[in-house]
Amino acid sequence: MTNTLHRYGHAESFKDDYIIFAIPSKGKNDEDCIPKLKQFLRICAKYNPSNMGNGNRGSLAPEKGLHPTAHWKRDATPDWEKVIDGVNKPGTVSAVFASEEQAHACLKEVIAADFGISVNMSTSVENAKRAAETCGIKRHSVEYALAFNDPHDHLPNSQVLGLSTMCGHGMVSFNMARKMLDMVREGRRTTEQAVTTLMRLCPCGVYNPERAKRLLEAACKEQR
Amino acid sequence: MGAIYVDQTRNRALINDDACVECGTCYRGMSTEHLNPVMVRAVRKAAKFLRFRFEPEPDVCPTGAFEMNELEMPRLIRQIFSDPVVEHKSTGIKGRGTEEVKTNDVSLRVNSGEVGYTIEFGRPGVGVRFSDIQEMTRVLAKEGITFEKNNPITHLMIDTRTGDLRTDIINEKILSAIVEIKTTIKEVERVLEIVEQVGERIDTVTAVGISTRCEDGEDKVLAPLLDKLGYYYSRAKTNMGLGRITNQIVLKHAEAVAP
Repeated sequence: MTNTLHRYGHAESFKDDYIIFAIPSKGKNDEDCIPKLKQFLRICAKYNPSNMGNGNRGSLAPEKGLHPTAHWKRDATPDWEKVIDGVNKPGTVSAVFASEEQAHACLKEVIAADFGISVNMSTSVENAKRAAETCGIKRHSVEYALAFNDPHDHLPNSQVLGLSTMCGHGMVSFNMARKMLDMVREGRRTTEQAVTTLMRLCPCGVYNPERAKRLLEAACKEQR
Repeated sequence: MGAIYVDQTRNRALINDDACVECGTCYRGMSTEHLNPVMVRAVRKAAKFLRFRFEPEPDVCPTGAFEMNELEMPRLIRQIFSDPVVEHKSTGIKGRGTEEVKTNDVSLRVNSGEVGYTIEFGRPGVGVRFSDIQEMTRVLAKEGITFEKNNPITHLMIDTRTGDLRTDIINEKILSAIVEIKTTIKEVERVLEIVEQVGERIDTVTAVGISTRCEDGEDKVLAPLLDKLGYYYSRAKTNMGLGRITNQIVLKHAEAVAP
Protein backbone atom coordinates (compact mmCIF):
# COMPACT_ATOMS: atom_id res chain seq x y z
CA MET A 1 0.00 0.00 0.00
CA THR A 2 1.45 3.32 -0.96
CA ASN A 3 -1.62 4.76 0.70
CA THR A 4 0.22 7.55 2.49
CA LEU A 5 2.91 8.44 -0.04
CA HIS A 6 1.13 10.35 -2.77
CA ARG A 7 -0.58 13.10 -0.80
CA TYR A 8 -0.96 16.22 -2.83
CA GLY A 9 0.83 19.33 -1.57
CA HIS A 10 4.09 21.17 -1.20
CA ALA A 11 6.50 20.33 1.62
CA GLU A 12 5.14 23.20 3.74
CA SER A 13 1.63 21.73 3.55
CA PHE A 14 2.81 18.65 5.48
CA LYS A 15 3.73 20.70 8.55
CA ASP A 16 0.83 19.09 10.41
CA ASP A 17 0.96 15.69 8.75
CA TYR A 18 3.11 12.97 10.31
CA ILE A 19 2.09 9.35 9.80
CA ILE A 20 3.95 6.68 11.71
CA PHE A 21 3.19 3.11 10.77
CA ALA A 22 4.45 -0.35 11.62
CA ILE A 23 4.43 -3.22 9.14
CA PRO A 24 5.63 -6.81 9.58
CA SER A 25 7.41 -8.53 6.70
CA LYS A 26 5.70 -11.69 5.48
CA GLY A 27 7.78 -14.74 6.39
CA LYS A 28 10.48 -12.73 8.14
CA ASN A 29 9.05 -11.15 11.26
CA ASP A 30 5.32 -11.77 11.13
CA GLU A 31 5.28 -14.59 13.70
CA ASP A 32 3.60 -13.50 16.91
CA CYS A 33 3.51 -9.92 15.70
CA ILE A 34 -0.08 -9.13 16.66
CA PRO A 35 0.66 -8.27 20.33
CA LYS A 36 3.50 -6.05 19.10
CA LEU A 37 1.24 -4.25 16.63
CA LYS A 38 -1.33 -3.68 19.36
CA GLN A 39 1.35 -2.37 21.69
CA PHE A 40 2.60 -0.07 18.93
CA LEU A 41 -0.91 1.41 18.64
CA ARG A 42 -1.19 1.75 22.43
CA ILE A 43 2.01 3.79 22.45
CA CYS A 44 0.68 5.96 19.61
CA ALA A 45 -2.63 6.50 21.44
CA LYS A 46 -0.73 8.06 24.36
CA TYR A 47 0.55 10.92 22.21
CA ASN A 48 -2.75 12.45 21.15
CA PRO A 49 -2.96 11.20 17.55
CA SER A 50 -5.39 12.78 15.11
CA ASN A 51 -6.35 9.39 13.71
CA MET A 52 -5.32 5.75 13.97
CA GLY A 53 -6.02 2.70 11.85
CA ASN A 54 -5.44 -1.03 11.54
CA GLY A 55 -6.05 -1.52 7.83
CA ASN A 56 -9.69 -2.42 8.37
CA ARG A 57 -11.01 0.53 10.28
CA GLY A 58 -9.97 3.97 11.43
CA SER A 59 -10.86 5.74 14.64
CA LEU A 60 -14.16 6.83 13.07
CA ALA A 61 -15.98 4.18 11.10
CA PRO A 62 -19.25 3.98 9.15
CA GLU A 63 -22.26 3.08 11.29
CA LYS A 64 -24.94 0.66 10.21
CA GLY A 65 -28.58 1.00 11.27
CA LEU A 66 -28.58 4.70 12.16
CA HIS A 67 -31.72 6.37 13.47
CA PRO A 68 -32.81 9.44 11.43
CA THR A 69 -31.99 11.71 14.41
CA ALA A 70 -28.32 10.87 13.72
CA HIS A 71 -28.41 13.61 11.08
CA TRP A 72 -28.33 16.17 13.90
CA LYS A 73 -26.25 14.38 16.52
CA ARG A 74 -23.78 11.90 15.16
CA ASP A 75 -21.04 10.74 17.45
CA ALA A 76 -17.67 11.92 16.19
CA THR A 77 -15.49 10.70 19.03
CA PRO A 78 -12.43 8.75 17.85
CA ASP A 79 -12.39 5.22 19.24
CA TRP A 80 -8.78 4.12 19.73
CA GLU A 81 -9.72 0.91 21.55
CA LYS A 82 -11.76 -0.42 18.64
CA VAL A 83 -8.78 0.16 16.36
CA ILE A 84 -6.44 -1.68 18.75
CA ASP A 85 -8.88 -4.54 19.41
CA GLY A 86 -9.43 -4.92 15.67
CA VAL A 87 -5.84 -5.99 14.99
CA ASN A 88 -6.29 -9.70 14.41
CA LYS A 89 -3.75 -10.58 11.74
CA PRO A 90 -0.40 -9.29 10.50
CA GLY A 91 -0.72 -6.03 8.56
CA THR A 92 -0.06 -2.33 8.61
CA VAL A 93 -1.10 -0.31 11.65
CA SER A 94 -0.74 3.44 11.67
CA ALA A 95 -1.19 6.67 13.58
CA VAL A 96 -1.46 10.24 12.30
CA PHE A 97 -0.07 13.19 14.25
CA ALA A 98 -0.66 16.86 13.62
CA SER A 99 2.35 18.11 15.58
CA GLU A 100 6.03 17.45 15.21
CA GLU A 101 6.54 17.26 18.97
CA GLN A 102 3.94 14.52 19.39
CA ALA A 103 5.31 12.57 16.44
CA HIS A 104 8.87 12.77 17.79
CA ALA A 105 7.81 11.77 21.30
CA CYS A 106 5.86 8.82 19.96
CA LEU A 107 8.71 7.68 17.73
CA LYS A 108 11.14 7.82 20.66
CA GLU A 109 8.96 5.48 22.70
CA VAL A 110 8.47 3.15 19.73
CA ILE A 111 12.26 2.96 19.30
CA ALA A 112 12.68 2.17 22.99
CA ALA A 113 10.03 -0.57 22.78
CA ASP A 114 12.22 -2.36 20.19
CA PHE A 115 9.50 -4.43 18.50
CA GLY A 116 11.79 -5.58 15.67
CA ILE A 117 9.08 -4.64 13.17
CA SER A 118 9.67 -2.11 10.39
CA VAL A 119 8.54 1.40 11.30
CA ASN A 120 8.11 4.10 8.68
CA MET A 121 7.29 7.76 8.76
CA SER A 122 5.34 9.32 5.92
CA THR A 123 5.60 13.10 5.74
CA SER A 124 7.79 15.63 3.93
CA VAL A 125 11.36 14.51 3.25
CA GLU A 126 12.74 17.10 5.65
CA ASN A 127 10.25 16.29 8.43
CA ALA A 128 11.26 12.62 8.41
CA LYS A 129 14.93 13.46 8.30
CA ARG A 130 14.54 15.75 11.29
CA ALA A 131 12.57 13.10 13.16
CA ALA A 132 15.33 10.54 12.67
CA GLU A 133 17.98 13.01 13.83
CA THR A 134 15.97 14.08 16.87
CA CYS A 135 15.34 10.47 17.88
CA GLY A 136 18.97 9.45 17.33
CA ILE A 137 18.42 6.90 14.56
CA LYS A 138 19.63 6.57 11.01
CA ARG A 139 17.16 6.32 8.14
CA HIS A 140 17.39 2.96 6.40
CA SER A 141 15.55 3.62 3.14
CA VAL A 142 13.52 6.36 1.58
CA GLU A 143 10.84 6.38 -1.11
CA TYR A 144 10.14 9.73 -2.75
CA ALA A 145 6.78 10.61 -4.26
CA LEU A 146 7.20 12.23 -7.67
CA ALA A 147 4.50 14.55 -9.00
CA PHE A 148 1.40 13.03 -10.63
CA ASN A 149 1.72 12.44 -14.34
CA ASP A 150 -1.62 13.56 -15.84
CA PRO A 151 -1.18 14.26 -19.57
CA HIS A 152 -4.92 13.89 -20.26
CA ASP A 153 -6.14 16.33 -17.59
CA HIS A 154 -8.16 13.86 -15.56
CA LEU A 155 -7.36 15.41 -12.18
CA PRO A 156 -9.45 18.04 -10.41
CA ASN A 157 -8.16 21.29 -8.89
CA SER A 158 -5.54 21.39 -6.15
CA GLN A 159 -8.07 21.96 -3.35
CA VAL A 160 -10.05 18.83 -4.18
CA LEU A 161 -6.84 16.87 -4.74
CA GLY A 162 -5.46 17.92 -1.35
CA LEU A 163 -8.55 16.62 0.44
CA SER A 164 -9.05 13.51 -1.63
CA THR A 165 -5.49 12.16 -1.69
CA MET A 166 -5.32 11.92 2.10
CA CYS A 167 -6.99 8.57 1.58
CA GLY A 168 -4.38 7.10 -0.72
CA HIS A 169 -6.57 4.12 -1.53
CA GLY A 170 -9.01 6.49 -3.22
CA MET A 171 -11.94 5.83 -0.88
CA VAL A 172 -12.51 9.59 -0.59
CA SER A 173 -13.58 10.31 -4.13
CA PHE A 174 -13.05 13.61 -5.91
CA ASN A 175 -16.84 14.05 -5.99
CA MET A 176 -17.18 13.56 -2.24
CA ALA A 177 -14.29 15.93 -1.48
CA ARG A 178 -15.77 18.53 -3.83
CA LYS A 179 -19.21 18.13 -2.27
CA MET A 180 -17.92 18.64 1.27
CA LEU A 181 -15.86 21.61 0.13
CA ASP A 182 -18.97 23.19 -1.39
CA MET A 183 -21.06 22.46 1.70
CA VAL A 184 -18.54 24.20 3.94
CA ARG A 185 -18.12 27.08 1.51
CA GLU A 186 -21.88 27.62 1.45
CA GLY A 187 -22.20 27.36 5.22
CA ARG A 188 -24.26 24.16 5.09
CA ARG A 189 -21.73 22.20 7.17
CA THR A 190 -19.00 23.20 9.58
CA THR A 191 -15.44 22.21 8.76
CA GLU A 192 -15.54 19.71 11.64
CA GLN A 193 -18.67 18.04 10.28
CA ALA A 194 -17.22 17.88 6.78
CA VAL A 195 -13.96 16.41 8.04
CA THR A 196 -15.63 13.65 10.05
CA THR A 197 -17.66 12.68 6.97
CA LEU A 198 -14.48 12.38 4.90
CA MET A 199 -12.61 10.58 7.67
CA ARG A 200 -15.23 7.84 8.03
CA LEU A 201 -14.73 6.79 4.42
CA CYS A 202 -11.03 5.95 4.91
CA PRO A 203 -10.82 2.39 6.29
CA CYS A 204 -7.06 2.53 6.98
CA GLY A 205 -7.36 5.41 9.43
CA VAL A 206 -4.67 7.52 7.79
CA TYR A 207 -6.93 10.44 6.87
CA ASN A 208 -5.62 13.51 8.67
CA PRO A 209 -8.54 15.53 10.08
CA GLU A 210 -6.36 18.43 11.26
CA ARG A 211 -4.81 18.96 7.86
CA ALA A 212 -8.21 18.51 6.20
CA LYS A 213 -9.67 21.24 8.41
CA ARG A 214 -6.85 23.58 7.50
CA LEU A 215 -7.23 22.85 3.79
CA LEU A 216 -11.00 23.36 3.94
CA GLU A 217 -10.66 26.67 5.77
CA ALA A 218 -8.08 27.88 3.26
CA ALA A 219 -10.27 26.74 0.36
CA CYS A 220 -13.25 28.69 1.71
CA LYS A 221 -11.28 31.91 1.51
CA GLU A 222 -10.04 31.35 -2.00
CA GLN A 223 -11.87 29.43 -4.71
CA ARG A 224 -9.76 27.91 -7.45
CA MET B 1 -15.41 6.69 -10.53
CA GLY B 2 -18.81 8.32 -11.00
CA ALA B 3 -20.34 4.88 -11.54
CA ILE B 4 -23.55 5.68 -9.65
CA TYR B 5 -26.03 7.92 -11.41
CA VAL B 6 -29.75 8.70 -11.40
CA ASP B 7 -31.47 7.33 -14.49
CA GLN B 8 -33.70 10.16 -15.70
CA THR B 9 -36.34 7.93 -17.27
CA ARG B 10 -36.70 5.45 -14.39
CA ASN B 11 -35.99 8.06 -11.68
CA ARG B 12 -33.85 5.54 -9.83
CA ALA B 13 -30.17 5.48 -8.93
CA LEU B 14 -28.29 2.88 -10.98
CA ILE B 15 -24.73 1.59 -11.15
CA ASN B 16 -22.82 1.62 -14.41
CA ASP B 17 -21.21 -1.82 -14.18
CA ASP B 18 -18.55 -1.00 -16.73
CA ALA B 19 -17.36 2.06 -14.81
CA CYS B 20 -17.67 0.44 -11.37
CA VAL B 21 -14.35 -0.88 -10.03
CA GLU B 22 -15.91 -2.85 -7.13
CA CYS B 23 -14.05 -0.81 -4.50
CA GLY B 24 -16.90 -1.38 -2.04
CA THR B 25 -16.96 2.22 -0.80
CA CYS B 26 -20.69 2.60 -1.49
CA TYR B 27 -21.42 -0.52 0.56
CA ARG B 28 -18.76 -0.60 3.25
CA GLY B 29 -17.93 3.11 3.49
CA MET B 30 -21.46 4.44 3.73
CA SER B 31 -23.36 4.54 6.99
CA THR B 32 -26.93 3.35 6.68
CA GLU B 33 -30.41 3.91 7.95
CA HIS B 34 -33.12 1.44 7.07
CA LEU B 35 -35.97 3.78 6.18
CA ASN B 36 -38.86 2.85 3.93
CA PRO B 37 -37.80 3.59 0.32
CA VAL B 38 -41.30 4.76 -0.64
CA MET B 39 -41.26 7.31 2.16
CA VAL B 40 -37.76 8.50 1.25
CA ARG B 41 -38.73 8.97 -2.40
CA ALA B 42 -41.90 10.83 -1.38
CA VAL B 43 -39.91 13.24 0.81
CA ARG B 44 -37.42 13.82 -1.99
CA LYS B 45 -40.20 14.37 -4.51
CA ALA B 46 -41.96 16.87 -2.25
CA ALA B 47 -38.71 18.74 -1.58
CA LYS B 48 -37.95 18.83 -5.31
CA PHE B 49 -41.46 20.11 -6.14
CA LEU B 50 -41.23 22.89 -3.56
CA ARG B 51 -37.66 23.69 -4.67
CA PHE B 52 -36.33 22.87 -1.21
CA ARG B 53 -32.78 21.65 -0.98
CA PHE B 54 -32.88 18.05 0.26
CA GLU B 55 -29.76 17.86 2.34
CA PRO B 56 -29.11 14.55 4.07
CA GLU B 57 -25.71 13.43 5.33
CA PRO B 58 -23.67 12.69 2.19
CA ASP B 59 -22.25 9.48 3.67
CA VAL B 60 -25.55 7.97 4.80
CA CYS B 61 -27.66 5.72 2.60
CA PRO B 62 -31.19 6.23 4.00
CA THR B 63 -32.54 2.88 2.82
CA GLY B 64 -29.45 0.66 3.09
CA ALA B 65 -29.95 -0.10 -0.57
CA PHE B 66 -26.44 -1.26 -1.45
CA GLU B 67 -25.44 -4.90 -1.64
CA MET B 68 -22.18 -6.38 -2.83
CA ASN B 69 -22.42 -8.74 -5.79
CA GLU B 70 -21.01 -12.25 -5.59
CA LEU B 71 -18.05 -11.84 -7.90
CA GLU B 72 -16.29 -14.39 -10.05
CA MET B 73 -13.23 -14.09 -12.24
CA PRO B 74 -12.51 -12.09 -14.29
CA ARG B 75 -14.67 -9.43 -12.60
CA LEU B 76 -13.35 -10.44 -9.18
CA ILE B 77 -10.02 -8.93 -10.16
CA ARG B 78 -11.66 -5.49 -9.95
CA GLN B 79 -12.36 -5.97 -6.26
CA ILE B 80 -8.91 -7.37 -5.50
CA PHE B 81 -7.24 -4.29 -6.95
CA SER B 82 -9.76 -1.72 -5.78
CA ASP B 83 -10.97 -2.66 -2.31
CA PRO B 84 -8.21 -2.04 0.26
CA VAL B 85 -9.71 -4.34 2.86
CA VAL B 86 -9.67 -7.38 0.57
CA GLU B 87 -6.46 -9.34 0.88
CA HIS B 88 -4.51 -10.29 -2.21
CA LYS B 89 -3.55 -13.93 -1.69
CA SER B 90 -0.29 -13.67 -3.63
CA THR B 91 1.20 -11.02 -1.36
CA GLY B 92 -0.74 -11.52 1.86
CA ILE B 93 -1.31 -7.76 1.83
CA LYS B 94 -4.72 -6.17 1.59
CA GLY B 95 -5.52 -4.37 -1.63
CA ARG B 96 -3.21 -3.79 -4.55
CA GLY B 97 -0.15 -2.98 -2.51
CA THR B 98 3.13 -4.62 -1.70
CA GLU B 99 5.72 -4.20 1.03
CA GLU B 100 7.97 -2.06 -1.23
CA VAL B 101 10.72 -0.45 0.87
CA LYS B 102 8.46 -0.28 3.90
CA THR B 103 10.13 -3.46 5.11
CA ASN B 104 13.45 -2.91 3.35
CA ASP B 105 15.33 -3.01 6.64
CA VAL B 106 14.26 -6.65 6.89
CA SER B 107 13.93 -7.76 3.27
CA LEU B 108 16.64 -5.68 1.55
CA ARG B 109 14.43 -5.59 -1.51
CA VAL B 110 16.28 -2.47 -2.65
CA ASN B 111 19.94 -2.68 -1.64
CA SER B 112 22.85 -0.26 -1.89
CA GLY B 113 23.36 1.05 -5.41
CA GLU B 114 19.89 -0.04 -6.46
CA VAL B 115 16.80 2.03 -7.14
CA GLY B 116 13.27 0.74 -6.66
CA TYR B 117 10.24 2.12 -8.47
CA THR B 118 6.54 1.85 -7.77
CA ILE B 119 4.70 2.93 -10.90
CA GLU B 120 1.08 3.29 -9.91
CA PHE B 121 -1.64 3.56 -12.53
CA GLY B 122 -5.09 5.07 -12.09
CA ARG B 123 -4.20 6.87 -8.95
CA PRO B 124 -5.47 9.20 -7.67
CA GLY B 125 -9.15 8.49 -8.25
CA VAL B 126 -9.18 7.96 -12.01
CA GLY B 127 -8.96 4.19 -12.46
CA VAL B 128 -7.23 2.16 -15.14
CA ARG B 129 -7.76 -0.87 -17.38
CA PHE B 130 -5.24 -3.70 -17.45
CA SER B 131 -4.75 -3.08 -21.16
CA ASP B 132 -3.22 0.31 -20.27
CA ILE B 133 -0.96 -1.26 -17.66
CA GLN B 134 0.17 -3.77 -20.27
CA GLU B 135 1.25 -0.90 -22.55
CA MET B 136 3.76 0.03 -19.88
CA THR B 137 4.88 -3.46 -18.85
CA ARG B 138 5.55 -4.39 -22.47
CA VAL B 139 7.77 -1.36 -23.01
CA LEU B 140 9.61 -1.92 -19.74
CA ALA B 141 10.14 -5.60 -20.57
CA LYS B 142 11.49 -4.66 -24.00
CA GLU B 143 14.06 -2.46 -22.24
CA GLY B 144 15.22 -5.54 -20.34
CA ILE B 145 13.89 -4.37 -17.01
CA THR B 146 12.94 -7.06 -14.53
CA PHE B 147 9.77 -6.95 -12.47
CA GLU B 148 9.59 -7.46 -8.72
CA LYS B 149 8.51 -11.05 -8.14
CA ASN B 150 6.42 -10.47 -5.04
CA ASN B 151 3.98 -8.05 -6.66
CA PRO B 152 0.35 -8.61 -7.67
CA ILE B 153 0.81 -7.33 -11.24
CA THR B 154 3.84 -9.55 -11.82
CA HIS B 155 1.71 -12.49 -10.73
CA LEU B 156 -0.77 -11.63 -13.48
CA MET B 157 1.88 -11.73 -16.22
CA ILE B 158 1.86 -14.70 -18.53
CA ASP B 159 5.43 -13.90 -19.56
CA THR B 160 7.65 -11.56 -17.58
CA ARG B 161 10.06 -11.35 -20.52
CA THR B 162 7.40 -9.69 -22.69
CA GLY B 163 5.32 -8.00 -19.98
CA ASP B 164 2.13 -9.61 -21.33
CA LEU B 165 -0.76 -9.84 -18.88
CA ARG B 166 -3.45 -12.50 -18.70
CA THR B 167 -5.90 -12.08 -21.56
CA ASP B 168 -9.02 -12.82 -19.49
CA ILE B 169 -8.54 -9.71 -17.35
CA ILE B 170 -7.18 -7.32 -19.94
CA ASN B 171 -10.36 -5.23 -20.28
CA GLU B 172 -11.20 -5.10 -16.59
CA LYS B 173 -11.13 -1.69 -14.94
CA ILE B 174 -9.64 -1.23 -11.47
CA LEU B 175 -9.04 1.69 -9.13
CA SER B 176 -5.27 1.39 -9.30
CA ALA B 177 -2.36 -1.02 -9.55
CA ILE B 178 1.34 -0.85 -8.91
CA VAL B 179 4.09 -2.14 -11.20
CA GLU B 180 7.30 -2.60 -9.25
CA ILE B 181 10.74 -2.68 -10.82
CA LYS B 182 14.32 -2.24 -9.78
CA THR B 183 17.33 -0.87 -11.65
CA THR B 184 20.75 0.59 -11.02
CA ILE B 185 21.14 4.32 -10.49
CA LYS B 186 22.39 4.70 -14.09
CA GLU B 187 19.01 3.72 -15.49
CA VAL B 188 16.87 6.16 -13.51
CA GLU B 189 16.71 8.84 -16.19
CA ARG B 190 15.74 6.35 -18.91
CA VAL B 191 13.06 4.65 -16.80
CA LEU B 192 11.42 7.94 -15.80
CA GLU B 193 11.47 9.03 -19.44
CA ILE B 194 9.72 5.79 -20.45
CA VAL B 195 7.05 6.26 -17.81
CA GLU B 196 6.33 9.76 -19.09
CA GLN B 197 6.29 8.71 -22.73
CA VAL B 198 3.99 5.73 -22.21
CA GLY B 199 1.81 7.86 -19.91
CA GLU B 200 0.98 10.04 -22.92
CA ARG B 201 -0.46 7.02 -24.73
CA ILE B 202 -2.66 5.64 -21.96
CA ASP B 203 -5.89 7.22 -20.80
CA THR B 204 -5.18 7.49 -17.09
CA VAL B 205 -2.85 9.08 -14.53
CA THR B 206 0.35 7.66 -13.10
CA ALA B 207 2.12 8.27 -9.81
CA VAL B 208 5.72 7.19 -9.38
CA GLY B 209 7.45 6.39 -6.12
CA ILE B 210 11.22 6.03 -6.33
CA SER B 211 13.28 4.57 -3.56
CA THR B 212 16.75 3.78 -2.43
CA ARG B 213 18.66 2.56 0.57
CA CYS B 214 20.36 5.23 2.64
CA GLU B 215 24.05 5.05 3.52
CA ASP B 216 24.71 5.98 7.13
CA GLY B 217 21.25 7.54 7.29
CA GLU B 218 21.72 9.73 4.23
CA ASP B 219 20.67 9.45 0.61
CA LYS B 220 23.59 10.96 -1.25
CA VAL B 221 22.83 9.40 -4.62
CA LEU B 222 19.16 9.37 -5.65
CA ALA B 223 17.99 12.75 -4.32
CA PRO B 224 20.85 14.66 -5.97
CA LEU B 225 20.11 12.85 -9.24
CA LEU B 226 16.40 13.71 -9.08
CA ASP B 227 17.36 17.33 -8.40
CA LYS B 228 19.68 17.32 -11.39
CA LEU B 229 17.00 15.83 -13.64
CA GLY B 230 14.47 18.41 -12.47
CA TYR B 231 11.98 16.11 -10.75
CA TYR B 232 9.96 17.63 -7.93
CA TYR B 233 9.52 15.60 -4.76
CA SER B 234 8.42 16.99 -1.42
CA ARG B 235 7.02 13.93 0.31
CA ALA B 236 8.57 10.61 1.17
CA LYS B 237 7.98 7.45 3.05
CA THR B 238 10.98 6.85 5.25
CA ASN B 239 11.93 3.47 6.68
CA MET B 240 13.46 4.18 10.08
CA GLY B 241 15.48 0.96 10.20
CA LEU B 242 13.94 -0.59 13.29
CA GLY B 243 12.99 -3.95 11.75
CA ARG B 244 14.85 -7.25 11.95
CA ILE B 245 14.23 -10.92 11.21
CA THR B 246 12.55 -12.57 14.17
CA ASN B 247 10.77 -15.60 12.64
CA GLN B 248 12.49 -18.66 14.10
CA ILE B 249 12.64 -20.71 10.91
CA VAL B 250 14.26 -17.86 8.94
CA LEU B 251 16.74 -17.19 11.73
CA LYS B 252 17.75 -20.86 11.90
CA HIS B 253 18.21 -20.94 8.13
CA ALA B 254 20.37 -17.78 8.27
CA GLU B 255 22.52 -19.34 11.00
CA ALA B 256 22.87 -22.56 9.03
CA VAL B 257 24.18 -20.83 5.88
CA ALA B 258 26.41 -18.38 7.75
CA PRO B 259 30.15 -19.00 7.14
